[in-house]
Amino acid sequence: MWEKVQNFASEFFVTGDPLIYGADVSIAVTLIAVITVLTYFKKWKWLWSEWLTTVDHKKIGIMYIISAFLMLFRGGVDALLMRTQLAVPEMSFLTPDHYNQIFTTHGVIMILFMAMPFMFGLFNVIVPLQLGARDVAFPFLNSLSFWLFFSGAMLFNISFVIGGSPDAGWLAYPPYSELMYNPGVGQDFYIWGIQISGIGSLMTGINFIVTILKMRAPGMKLMKMPMFSWSVLSSCIAIIFSFPILTATLALLFLDRYAGAHFFTLDGGGNPMMYINLIWMWGHPEVYIIVLPAFGIFSEIVATFSKKKLFGYKSMVYAMMIISILSFLVWAHHFFTMGSGADVNAFFALTTMLIAIPTGVKVFNWLFTMFRGKITFESPMLWTIGFIPCFIVGGLTGVLLSVAPADFQFHNSYFLVAHFHQVIIGGVVFGYFAGLYYWWPKLFGFKLNERIGKWAFWFWNIGFYLCFMPQYVLGLMGMTRRVVSYGWDKGWYEMNLVSTIGAVLMGIAFLFQVWQIAHGVKHRNANLDTTGDPWNGRTLEWSIPSPAPHYNFAVLPQVTDQDDWWERKLRKQEGHATPAPAKLEPIHMPKNSGIPIIMSACWFVAGFGFVFHWTPFIIAGLAGVAISMLVHSFNYKTDYYIPVDEIVRTEAKKGRVTG
Amino acid sequence: MAHTKASGPAHQADLHSEQHDHHDLEEMRTLGFWIYLMTDVIIFGTFFATFIVLQGSTADGPLPADLFDINGIIVSTFILLTSSFTCGLALLAMNKGRLKALIGWLAVTALLGATFIGLEINEFVHLIHEGANIGTSAYWSAFFTLVGTHGLHVLIGLVWMIGLMIQLAKRGITPVTKRKVNIVSLFWHFLDVVWIFVFTIVYLMGVS
Ligand code: HEM
Ligand SMILES: [Cu+2]
Repeated sequence: MWEKVQNFASEFFVTGDPLIYGADVSIAVTLIAVITVLTYFKKWKWLWSEWLTTVDHKKIGIMYIISAFLMLFRGGVDALLMRTQLAVPEMSFLTPDHYNQIFTTHGVIMILFMAMPFMFGLFNVIVPLQLGARDVAFPFLNSLSFWLFFSGAMLFNISFVIGGSPDAGWLAYPPYSELMYNPGVGQDFYIWGIQISGIGSLMTGINFIVTILKMRAPGMKLMKMPMFSWSVLSSCIAIIFSFPILTATLALLFLDRYAGAHFFTLDGGGNPMMYINLIWMWGHPEVYIIVLPAFGIFSEIVATFSKKKLFGYKSMVYAMMIISILSFLVWAHHFFTMGSGADVNAFFALTTMLIAIPTGVKVFNWLFTMFRGKITFESPMLWTIGFIPCFIVGGLTGVLLSVAPADFQFHNSYFLVAHFHQVIIGGVVFGYFAGLYYWWPKLFGFKLNERIGKWAFWFWNIGFYLCFMPQYVLGLMGMTRRVVSYGWDKGWYEMNLVSTIGAVLMGIAFLFQVWQIAHGVKHRNANLDTTGDPWNGRTLEWSIPSPAPHYNFAVLPQVTDQDDWWERKLRKQEGHATPAPAKLEPIHMPKNSGIPIIMSACWFVAGFGFVFHWTPFIIAGLAGVAISMLVHSFNYKTDYYIPVDEIVRTEAKKGRVTG
Repeated sequence: MAHTKASGPAHQADLHSEQHDHHDLEEMRTLGFWIYLMTDVIIFGTFFATFIVLQGSTADGPLPADLFDINGIIVSTFILLTSSFTCGLALLAMNKGRLKALIGWLAVTALLGATFIGLEINEFVHLIHEGANIGTSAYWSAFFTLVGTHGLHVLIGLVWMIGLMIQLAKRGITPVTKRKVNIVSLFWHFLDVVWIFVFTIVYLMGVS
């Protein structure tokens, strides 16, 4: 009996590696600490009713961003482990198997569990405020999306200590991801972790499209909408077209592994190439999904900190829409070398190069906006300026990669690794940081310390160039991606060492950011944002107090111009009378609900059951999902009204008089 | 919800603006559902594409032409199309405000749907008996996945419809239940359209 338990445990828990025992211990300690603190301070009820069951888009956004930061930490540790292993030749710090697992989890976590939730967090906190709306279109669904993402991310992350991590790369190409070569549970964790959170992403896409199309403040025509909201719309359109492909593709891979189907196997007539096409039909648009909102953020920031209207607003809108469409026509540039033939390759090379045109338009628009502007260099602007050169270099190397014949040389080399990190870190991560710094006062009601922020900024940037510039060279010297170790004879030593030092600098930069936030929380009272408009902003989110009250706008704004808030301020300055505020009315708001978190927990249980082939878990989990849905469908008491006197009290507390 | 709120005399003054609010909400939910349907179209599209790519990949397994019972399929197609028609009748009844007829037609629709699923399960059992299961060859993997996904959707539609009939019986025809019926009927017609593609691409092309 005891032996059986032992056997089970040694298969169930990942054993044999000191790093993993360390992780086991730290996970246990963290859990115990969290539970103790919550119990000691009697915070369970507060946590449940204020956060876990909330349908307030701003709180959901904050939870997304916190999760993204935790995942940035996890993905960053993975990156540092890999860079440590590669720092010097013939290193034996990580075994090849472990290395495979780490680059896989690093890639998946960074893209799906760091970039995506960070982006959704920013959507959530800002889009309704920019539109002059009180919430998103479907608040309940919004909460469900968050919890599905969270369940999926947790399911994926526990693979590290339970059962074993996936190791077939972030896109899990068959046949290696098939049962025949990959019999453990790691690949199943991959499938279900991504599948569950992917459903959440899809619903977020739908939610924000409807929000943007239907909930804009009266008078805000589409062509008066702030640029960030436009970028969210274009990104969400790409989401609703690409994520269903991912859902279907993962389902097929799952059937191969679980039910013995032959979609992508080598035997039984399966076709692995089909998978590679399908996964990139999602995977390529995915990179545009995460970068378009960053473009939107930069546009807002450039205009605000140059005190000028965004140059070429309309061309920016068209550029964004064109990019979101073109991104669906280029997927095969990811496998020029896999025998599609010259004409197919030529088509995909051309479409890829075409994307450079609207992207170039955007860069010029930003530069022209800055030209002759009264630029100030607070941190959001700093990140924007750091982004531009980085993105130009990354974009140019991207165009080089899109030259199909040249790609036969660069393919799967460190040149590629350097390229995609350059656009993803320089474009996406810097963009989201810029957004976070920009909207931080609106979210939390206080400003962060600029000095610490500048340290973080410089460490990120210098670290970035040190880390990735040598990798271009390494790629040209023949170093391929996903190598675990190399010999002294290759001559790759110096470049790799420099690259690792750069990675460490970025790690330090992250610590600066954590410090900056901790410092900000501690000294919040000294840095309160009492105006609600700390940057002298242009769009509606700056017209309400910071942090925004939970109903956002006491009276829905009437919009007349693009950059309406800015124009309103100008009119006031010129002495035009501001129209008297409209009469307050009771506000219709959605009620909190515990169903999203419960339903997502059931998905987690079902996913776990699928991973380990434990039928009772599958049945219980799916039944729980179905019951939660029915319960929700039968509940008609999902809204309430905030009475006028409560609005008056809240507004007065925030220093506003209305009514 | 506004309609319950607005019935109190204290809220008479707000009646107009609240109803407007409400109207927007129902409209938004319908739009959201249309977009959801589009994403479902893409999921089915992916499965269809896979099916077409793998159509010739029967390995050494049985061929579709030998196993399909096209007459049986025509019967189930007929049943499903009829259910779409009765679903339309339910909607007509609803728009005339006739609750009993509405629930009755929904029940007929659900019954036809259940028959369709019964026939499909029967077909699957038969196929498996003849040696064609999801693991037989890439062709049959694609077949069972595509047809099975459609079947799963019909099943979900059924459960949904039953839940809705209970709500209708409890609450009658209100703006909310009206929207829910509209949406479920949208879903049901959508499944019909998908089935027509299944019928043509999988079955008709399979036996020819
Ligand atoms: C912050 C510093 C980062 C460092 C030092 C770093 C380092 C690395 C390294 C060493 C690899 C393995 C390369 C190989 O051998 O193939 C890698 C792969 C990858 N990284 Fe990063 N990374 C960083 C940030 C990010 C971010 C922010 C993202 C995305 C948002 C990202 C996405 C990826 C992806 C998708 C892969 C490919 C994984 C695979 O091969 O399957 N990385 N990174
Ligand atoms: Cu691509």
